[in-house]
Amino acid sequence: MINTLVFLLIGIGVFFAFLRLVIGPSSFDRVLSLDIINIIVTGTLVFVGFIFNNELYLDIAIVYAILSFIETVVFARYLEGSI
Amino acid sequence: MMYIAYFFLILGAFFYAIGGLGVYRMPDVYNRSQAGTKATTLGTLALLIGIAIINPSWIPKLLIIVVFIAITNPIGSSVLVRSAYLKGAKQYEGTNIDELKEYYNKEDANHETN
Amino acid sequence: MKKNISSFLIIWITWILLTGININELIVGFIVSALLSYVISNLIDYEFSFNSIPKIIKFLVVYIPVFLFELIKANLDVAYRVLSPSMPINPGFVRIPTKIKSEYGRLTLANSITLTPGTLTVDVSEDSVYIHWIDVKGNNNEDYQKNVSASFEKILGGIFN
Repeated sequence: MINTLVFLLIGIGVFFAFLRLVIGPSSFDRVLSLDIINIIVTGTLVFVGFIFNNELYLDIAIVYAILSFIETVVFARYLEGSI
Repeated sequence: MMYIAYFFLILGAFFYAIGGLGVYRMPDVYNRSQAGTKATTLGTLALLIGIAIINPSWIPKLLIIVVFIAITNPIGSSVLVRSAYLKGAKQYEGTNIDELKEYYNKEDANHETN
Repeated sequence: MKKNISSFLIIWITWILLTGININELIVGFIVSALLSYVISNLIDYEFSFNSIPKIIKFLVVYIPVFLFELIKANLDVAYRVLSPSMPINPGFVRIPTKIKSEYGRLTLANSITLTPGTLTVDVSEDSVYIHWIDVKGNNNEDYQKNVSASFEKILGGIFN
């Protein structure tokens, strides 16, 4: 019951962020919504690990968080034109 | 104790929903970035606190994730908004004060004289 | 040498947090962090000494609770703005003067400003922080500074010289 409610709320967040990813007028809006989706996915990975009771998901979440940060910075620098 | 943990889990998911909704509803890229960054940072904090209460043996790794996200999430959005400003992304019509423009103009002038 | 030991401590503590207390892991972590801290010691520019222990304690005890309180306030503010149908916003880019000299101090100040109600750091220069403010209140830079960062400035000024 609680898990369904949590996943429903996370789904609402990802849905609206994904809508902005599709319609976003500029590239910056798209990269921004991708960043938001990445953070939400990091939290969701930890939550999935809690449901399956498997500690391996925490390591995946750490690596995912590091890669998502690098992705955001590289995209921003690329769009700025300084790479 | 279980109920406190469930309260934190639902609070975190609620802030994730607010973050996504804010990214969708706000009028320009700067305001979107504000809503998204704050809501997802507190959402992750609350969700991980809820899991830490239920499962105390996971606390060290959860601590690493929380500290990492609390440091890098503001830096990422800051870098993104700075490059959006430098590339002249469209601003909301109600934006009335702009002291940043003077700073970049001054910096450009310094650059050319050097 | 100080740099070596500081980075060694940070890497070893992270290793322990990741693997847990276990004698084999402690030995392997000791060797790996000693090698890594030797390799990266030319690339970093921070260092600890015994004087910084009270500063770290002050950071944890004074700064973190204020920061968490402001973060919760910021999120209630964001939730109010996002969920209200008419979107009460009045944005602008303003300059906040700051007196903090150390680079890590300014980084922490910029991150704190990003996570407090209605403000987002855009750029940082030698003596000021440029922010995007969702609801501009006040008329000149001193007003802005009082409204946004006065409490953080006081705390961080005591911690990072």
